[in-house]
Amino acid sequence: MSTVLDVNGISRSFGGLKAVDEVTFTLNKGDVAALIGPNGAGKTTCFNLLSGALTVHSGSVLFGGHDITHWQPHQRARAGIGRTFQIAATFRSMTAIENVEAALMAAGLRTDTASQLLQDVGMAGLTGTPVTALAYGDVKRVELAMALAADPVLLLLDEPTAGMAADERQKIMERISDLVRARGITVLFTEHDMDAVFGYASRILAMDQGRLIADDSPDAVRNDARVQRVYLGEPETGDA
Amino acid sequence: MGFYFAQFLTGLASASSLFLVAAGLSIIFGVTRIVNFAHGSLFMLGAFIAYSISQKFGFWLAVPLAALSVGAVGWAMERTVLSRLYGAPELFQLVATFGLVLIVQDAALWIWGPTDLLGPRAPGLTGVVRIFDQPIPEYDLFLIAVGVSVLAAIWWMFTRTRFGILVRAATEDREMLQALGVRPARLFQATFFIGAALAGLGGALEMPRQPASLLMDLNIIAEAFVVVVIGGMGSVTGAFLAALLIAELNAFGILILPEITLVAAFAAMAVVLVIRPYGLLGRPATSAPHAVEIQPPQTLGQTGRITALGLVIALVVLPFVAGDFVIVLTADIMIFALFAAGLHFMMGTGGLVSFGHAAFFGIGAYAAALLVNNAGLGMEIALFLAPVFAAIGAAVVGWFAVRLSGVYLAMLTLAAAQILWSASVQWQDVTGGDDGILGIWPAAWASGTTAYYYLTFALTTSGIVSLMMLARGRFGILLRAGRDAPARAQALGIDIKLRNWTAIVIAGSAAGLAGGIFAFSKGSVFPDTLAIPNSVDALVMVLLGGLHAPAGPILGAGVFALLEDSLSRLPYWRALLGAAVVGIALFAPGGIAGSLSKWLRRRREGTA
Repeated sequence: MSTVLDVNGISRSFGGLKAVDEVTFTLNKGDVAALIGPNGAGKTTCFNLLSGALTVHSGSVLFGGHDITHWQPHQRARAGIGRTFQIAATFRSMTAIENVEAALMAAGLRTDTASQLLQDVGMAGLTGTPVTALAYGDVKRVELAMALAADPVLLLLDEPTAGMAADERQKIMERISDLVRARGITVLFTEHDMDAVFGYASRILAMDQGRLIADDSPDAVRNDARVQRVYLGEPETGDA
Repeated sequence: MGFYFAQFLTGLASASSLFLVAAGLSIIFGVTRIVNFAHGSLFMLGAFIAYSISQKFGFWLAVPLAALSVGAVGWAMERTVLSRLYGAPELFQLVATFGLVLIVQDAALWIWGPTDLLGPRAPGLTGVVRIFDQPIPEYDLFLIAVGVSVLAAIWWMFTRTRFGILVRAATEDREMLQALGVRPARLFQATFFIGAALAGLGGALEMPRQPASLLMDLNIIAEAFVVVVIGGMGSVTGAFLAALLIAELNAFGILILPEITLVAAFAAMAVVLVIRPYGLLGRPATSAPHAVEIQPPQTLGQTGRITALGLVIALVVLPFVAGDFVIVLTADIMIFALFAAGLHFMMGTGGLVSFGHAAFFGIGAYAAALLVNNAGLGMEIALFLAPVFAAIGAAVVGWFAVRLSGVYLAMLTLAAAQILWSASVQWQDVTGGDDGILGIWPAAWASGTTAYYYLTFALTTSGIVSLMMLARGRFGILLRAGRDAPARAQALGIDIKLRNWTAIVIAGSAAGLAGGIFAFSKGSVFPDTLAIPNSVDALVMVLLGGLHAPAGPILGAGVFALLEDSLSRLPYWRALLGAAVVGIALFAPGGIAGSLSKWLRRRREGTA
């Protein structure tokens, strides 16, 4: 199995706080890995370090064999890393389909596949609607279609179901799962919804206080003593 | 040795006024997130008011009373205009304070007249002290003491008083403060009062050093912007250090080469920004507000397209039916439409706000003039190179600008334009100073009114159409993507900095082409092509026409030219223009095209 992402001891602190502390892991082609951990564990910082939105203070990141540690976000995107944001980010002066067309243009691709991409994420109608007029669940679908537009090798999804209704969560996770499997995309996602995590991840990485405390199969992580302690110690995440 | 120390003290004394103005600007920005372009006007008012009071009550009473009066003016500005704009996009806040500059300037002209007024010297401080055998004016030492005392007083206020702590809290996190139950309105008013009073104090203290004049406002604001950018937005100590740096650069630069001082300030800013993008003591903004309203660009409908076609036909046949006056006026409108179209492109599509767009217009005009007069080139080559030179200028300014957030771009472009303007006035050997450069005539084949009209028509139309196509095409769509959601755009592989930089260069070269055409049409170039009012004109045209409408700059330039033609005969018409600017920012952010299309839509819906 070929290695897609190779993360070596990356760290990042904010003032005195070590938000991400010596995190090391690798992702292999086809992995659907979940990054979990209580609030403030460093998941989003970790994501931003991988997408290039933040720079690492130490450590290195290899993607497809290239050292991308000091690459800008747009360079990483062009190399094949797609992402979505915790709060879906779209181009608000555009319609749903224009958003996807812009994503295709940014990748230097033809724009005629835009409506197919929207169909793939479950948005057959409303393609001509301004994104500002869409329901939040649909905005997240548009963003997902944008992230898929460049046909990424690695997809980083920051809380793909956040802000969605319970029945919608399952639907979007199913879609994502089908899409990435069909396209052979490697996925790293963060999620608070444990049903989504254990239902769809083939691997789970658990973080606590900036450190990686587990990296294993869902069953093994479920029974991991340290993970249990972290979660039981944080009662509010028990039902999340 | 003694001489240099004396020069150093002179620098320190100058730093005091600059610090007072920059500190006020910085405090107001920190709390309200508004960059107050009218802050230089408050400084100027301080000088004029102090002069008037001193005539009756003497120097020492005039200084504090002037500071308090200017504080009251600042408070009134906040109440009447700015408080209505706290939620508005950055652009409209900036533009509104820009309108206030025009209003204050004409108000000062109306009250105090056009001549410079030299105030009294400070009783008790008229002598000199000998330090290292060099005469140092006592008043300079007093100014240094005032600067340091004010810094200490501000420090005390920020760390020891409830008000100061709230101000700092507001600078850090405005939402949190509101959640804690502090009424921001009162805090904002107080901040404006204090910030304005500091500017007024700075102006009043200048009385013995320089006469109160109508040029004070824009000169000091350009320097204050440089200081605030170097020191870090919102940092008072940073402003102090930066004021010191700039004032000393001036004090010593003038010994080496007087012309270099202007460039030195800009160069210092450039160096600091490269090393510390948020200034010496500044911190990155927690949230970057949108410079312009995010809304879809309007498109030319059926009616619009027919109108455009009609307009082109009318422009082609115009010389057959109209007299010389109308032909020249129309050519002027086309030149300004191109100038505005470039600005419209970067502001509307790119969300990049320039307040010194005349810099590029002026570079184009001067480049054309100098190439013809000094290098002996022909009109054709000069017109080709004018936009190239402007593009180079835009590339330099833009290189810094794209590394920073929206307000910095506006401040940077304004400072750059003001510095170029000063250079054009002072560098007489090359630019001819205020006398300008004369005798720049078109080539023989284009020298008739009609011939030059058609040349203007061809060049401006192709320029404007190219800009429209760029905005609608792939380049424009991705530029707009970067404006709408920078992080999202980057995550899709868009190099936002490069794209924004390119947009600034394109806008700059459009302005440069307009400037070149303008130079040949008038046969001369003067410093006012670079001056702030010229930048304001372009800005007003864009806003008047409509920021999100493709026809905005054309409509804006047309209406503006007609208004100017009728209004400029009135006294104090700049103030009227300023009031119009404030009015657009407050009541009609969509401009004429925006209002028109809203009206058309409503009518269509009404009849359907």
